[in-house]
Amino acid sequence: MITFMNNSDSEEEPCNERTSLMSAESPSVPSYQDGLQASEAGEVQAHRKRRTGSSRSPNNIADGEMSESGVPVRESTLENEEEELTLKYGAKHVIMLFVPVTLCMIVVVATIKSVRFYTEKNGQLIYTPFSEDTPSVGQRLLNSVLNTIIMISVIVVMTVFLVLLYKYRCYKFIHGWLILSSLMLLFLFTYIYLGEVLKTYNVAMDYPTLFLVIWNFGAVGMICIHWKGPLQLQQAYLIMISALMALVFIKYLPEWSAWVILGAISIYDLMAVLCPKGPLRMLVETAQERNEPIFPALIYSSAMMWTVGMAKPDTAARGPSQQTWDAAEDGRENHRSPSHGDSQMSETRSPVPTRPITSLEELEEEERGVKLGLGDFIFYSVLVGKAAATASGDWNTTLACFVAILIGLCLTLLLLAVFKKALPALPISITFGLVFYFSTDNLVRPFMDTLASHQLYI
Amino acid sequence: AFFWLVSLLLSSLIWFIAVKASNPQDEPLQKGLLIFGVMFSVLLQEAFRFLYYKLLRKAIEGLVALSEDGCSPISIQQMAYVAGVGFGLMSGAFSMINLLADALGPGIVGIHGDSQLYFLTSAFMTMVLIFLHTFWGILFFHGCEHRRWWEIMAVVIMHLAVSGSTFCNPLYVGSLVPSYLLMAAAAAWAYLLSGGSAQNLWRFLLCKS
Repeated sequence: MITFMNNSDSEEEPCNERTSLMSAESPSVPSYQDGLQASEAGEVQAHRKRRTGSSRSPNNIADGEMSESGVPVRESTLENEEEELTLKYGAKHVIMLFVPVTLCMIVVVATIKSVRFYTEKNGQLIYTPFSEDTPSVGQRLLNSVLNTIIMISVIVVMTVFLVLLYKYRCYKFIHGWLILSSLMLLFLFTYIYLGEVLKTYNVAMDYPTLFLVIWNFGAVGMICIHWKGPLQLQQAYLIMISALMALVFIKYLPEWSAWVILGAISIYDLMAVLCPKGPLRMLVETAQERNEPIFPALIYSSAMMWTVGMAKPDTAARGPSQQTWDAAEDGRENHRSPSHGDSQMSETRSPVPTRPITSLEELEEEERGVKLGLGDFIFYSVLVGKAAATASGDWNTTLACFVAILIGLCLTLLLLAVFKKALPALPISITFGLVFYFSTDNLVRPFMDTLASHQLYI
Repeated sequence: AFFWLVSLLLSSLIWFIAVKASNPQDEPLQKGLLIFGVMFSVLLQEAFRFLYYKLLRKAIEGLVALSEDGCSPISIQQMAYVAGVGFGLMSGAFSMINLLADALGPGIVGIHGDSQLYFLTSAFMTMVLIFLHTFWGILFFHGCEHRRWWEIMAVVIMHLAVSGSTFCNPLYVGSLVPSYLLMAAAAAWAYLLSGGSAQNLWRFLLCKS
């Protein structure tokens, strides 16, 4: 899901859905192994949320501004300003999201092209039990469809489980789950990845060095993702774990199943975010009602750190709001870091009545950001990585899929600016990506090859 | 870039259908189909450039309506330049990237009797095409803005000429030289249209303020 981060939102208007800010839910990635299920489920949920990529539209931002001014006269001007700011920031947001998505894809493609491990077939996940080594095409298709059904139902179950946990306020369980899953990602998968990369380039590394490197990497990652840390470092870690997850998917999902799963996931994303009873939508709405950000380990947030507190000692009325504001500030920062911030925030927020009008200037000091779920990153990278791994046209297909996904992301952000509520980020991009992959591989490649062999240019 | 990609997709679709529907053994027919494919692709690219122009026009109107002082933050000339660069980059990337990937591997250029300068000439040709797309973008949008159809026709004809000249490959003098001349002409034309003049150039070169 893509959401706009409205710093002021969550703090200001508790009950205004517009102001709720949306964190993108990241769909969790199902764990491959049973043992990892718990952590994965958490991750899955996160991923699911991410997958839905709801975009919270700038409404939140706008709302924040609007809700503050109680005066109708100011409202119309505020609306215009909102729209302008929306558009002005819109382009910046697009770039702020392009860069991490591109980085993730580059990492995945570079690894796929160089490290042989991720393109070898060494078995499948238990989530895709049917093998694709069947003699007939029909059988293979049937197996891939069955695999997809199983995978999607696993994801649905885990998402619903997460939503239920969230609804019944079992925060400790959720956080434990998320911590376990990010532990696994940061340590185990990094170890495997590093091992394979070292093998490919024939670099020797002794165990103590390896231990030191991985321990540092993992520990700093845990702190950055679940607690406080510099924004850029947190973003870098989120990109890395998305890339690792995508690589695992590329390795362990059989060919046709992967494509069918990509298609099915975008349909699921669409339904889960937009249908009134969809799990992701419920999660987002619950988070909005409670004015809490969604788990930081599941969402990539692109906003800058806003460290200025609302310390404008103008009115006495600001007193209480200031507290909430600062708490909200902390909460916002904690958005990246998790839980304990949330609970603190909600506690401080409850006794405070509706906020007085926040001045527009204060709002404008904030840097608005967009949130994109990590699951979206993962599935975009899976698509591009699969294109790099399996397409015979090689780089043309990869490039075409890359451009298609970015354009899909652009369109989704545009829709976000128009609709101003959480939107799924997967459907448009994945559709474009799939269309371009299959058409480039089958249609454009022979054409370009023939042109290149005669050295003709178009 | 996306628009160029879509035009490439459609033109290869047409070509693919044509090839599948024809006899693969017939050499001249295949060559003829290829020529047809190339020309059709060029026309489609220009058509998509026009569509992109229409889209950008609408976007500018939206931006102007929303801005405070009635002018959009980005002018149509800048958009023309960016559109041209996008087209050029995509076209260049698609032409070169597989070549570059193959160049990383072992091999000898032209060992079967083809030209030894394959990589070099491909690089030059790609470069000239990227520049040309940029200039054509500016010319095309200018022509659309001021309703000068002859400018648009000139762009289309230039594109057809450049693509057609590549049919002379491997007789590189027949393709590279005309393309570079056309590029120089297009560059001068675009420069003049963008408000430049010999005076500006002279002042710039002499580093006057």
